[in-house]
Amino acid sequence: MRRPLVLAALATLALAGCTAAAPEPRPTTEGTLSGTVTVFAAASLTESFQAIADAFTAEHPGVEVTFNFGGSSGLATQIVEGAPVDVFAAASPATMTTVTDAGLATDAHDFATNTLEIAVPTDNPGGVTGLADFANPDLAIALCAAEVPCGAAAARALDAAGIVASVDTYEQDVKAVLTKVELGEVDAGLVYRTDVLAAGAKVKGIEFPEAAGAIARYPIAALTASANPDAAAAFVAFVLSDAGQQILQEAGFGAP
Amino acid sequence: MRRSFLTPALWIPAGLAIALLGLPLVALIVRAPWVQLPELLSRSEVLQALGLSLATASIATAVSLALGIPLALVLARSAEWPAVPRRLLRALVTVPLVLPPVVGGVALLLLLGRRGLIGQFLPFQIPFSTTAVVIAQVFVAMPFLVLAVEGAVRASDRRFETAAATLGATRWTILRRVTLPLVAPGVSAGALLCFTRALGEFGATITFAGSFPGVTQTLPIATYLELQRDPDAAIALSLTLMVVSVAVLVTLRDRWVPGVTS
Repeated sequence: MRRPLVLAALATLALAGCTAAAPEPRPTTEGTLSGTVTVFAAASLTESFQAIADAFTAEHPGVEVTFNFGGSSGLATQIVEGAPVDVFAAASPATMTTVTDAGLATDAHDFATNTLEIAVPTDNPGGVTGLADFANPDLAIALCAAEVPCGAAAARALDAAGIVASVDTYEQDVKAVLTKVELGEVDAGLVYRTDVLAAGAKVKGIEFPEAAGAIARYPIAALTASANPDAAAAFVAFVLSDAGQQILQEAGFGAP
Repeated sequence: MRRSFLTPALWIPAGLAIALLGLPLVALIVRAPWVQLPELLSRSEVLQALGLSLATASIATAVSLALGIPLALVLARSAEWPAVPRRLLRALVTVPLVLPPVVGGVALLLLLGRRGLIGQFLPFQIPFSTTAVVIAQVFVAMPFLVLAVEGAVRASDRRFETAAATLGATRWTILRRVTLPLVAPGVSAGALLCFTRALGEFGATITFAGSFPGVTQTLPIATYLELQRDPDAAIALSLTLMVVSVAVLVTLRDRWVPGVTS
């Protein structure tokens, strides 16, 4: 008799814990920022945005920055479905449009550009030299799926070059393509220049001229429903500032 | 009467459990784009993904039956073994159940990939093939079958086997005529769980097999990718997968396992 009651009480407590709203961080009045800034950012921004957050919190010690990195389109869907988020940084204007069209953000700024690059395993087992090798059916090739920005960019680059790629797998995001290259499971993949730099010695990057026709633009915006609008605006301003831009350029991003 | 032992207090957590399990599915049904549904579901890529899912899950279930029933029999008899190998074997069977499927997919790549422990010696490539989809599904789903069959073997009355042996039946005959018929309900229940789990497999498949329409892009993977572009279409695909799974669980269970259902 006793145990079910205890269980019931525990379950009720646990559920109450789930539904109770977390105390909302509020900036203090004297212009110093505090609280938490939740940033949803494209997977390709993982390393550079963590560095930017470190520099940002060094300037604003009262603020904590938390991240959710992932495919831009999925993040946009989560935001439209009501995820509690203060800042959105997308890998394509189209995914940002999903959020602005829903009336959740008004003021999006481009803050960086990124260029596609061919990633091959360090020993380049397929002997890949350029985009034309992507048509070779004997090579294992990974691209991003057309549903995510890096896949759309890859399709643009291949179309512009008039190459019909012999693809073995369409991965769910750019980091998944990179992983397949790092593990040597594919001979080549199309990723962003910043991903090649972030992977260090584990992959080799090959630039190709057709990439110029498929430059990815990255917009950022503070969300209108942000629980911490001052700190959110400050984070966006920091990304657009010289300090933020320098970190992005060191990671391989181009100027907006 | 079992009813008399059920205290009313149990209804509170049980009700919460029902809500937690059921309401997300209700939301899926409510939000489904019913008007566009016929158009969304008749797209050739959706039918292709559904067909691939049903085919690979069926093959994975067949493989799991062929390999899993013998493993379940071994596992059920391992009670007589020393503790260490017995526990190791049991842990090995249980690990895929608790492992995040993506980790299982990475492990399969490291074993069977081009540079994998075994894969590097193979003259053909397994990743990015339909075979890889089936292997990933077997890895994730077979433990459900093994544990179900093992439970049935342990619960079965071994005196029937002893009696058959005293009547001169060979071990093979005992297995075929006594043991397997005794555990048949466990086998069919396990096979159903295994099939539906394989049907819903996502993480290990996309990691190990990748995603290519018609070759490795199963319905769960198509659903995930569609969610990136067109959430309505993703909801329609989720609904399809849910309907297929529920249909399999409800209809086949009634037919295959009389006495187990309500």
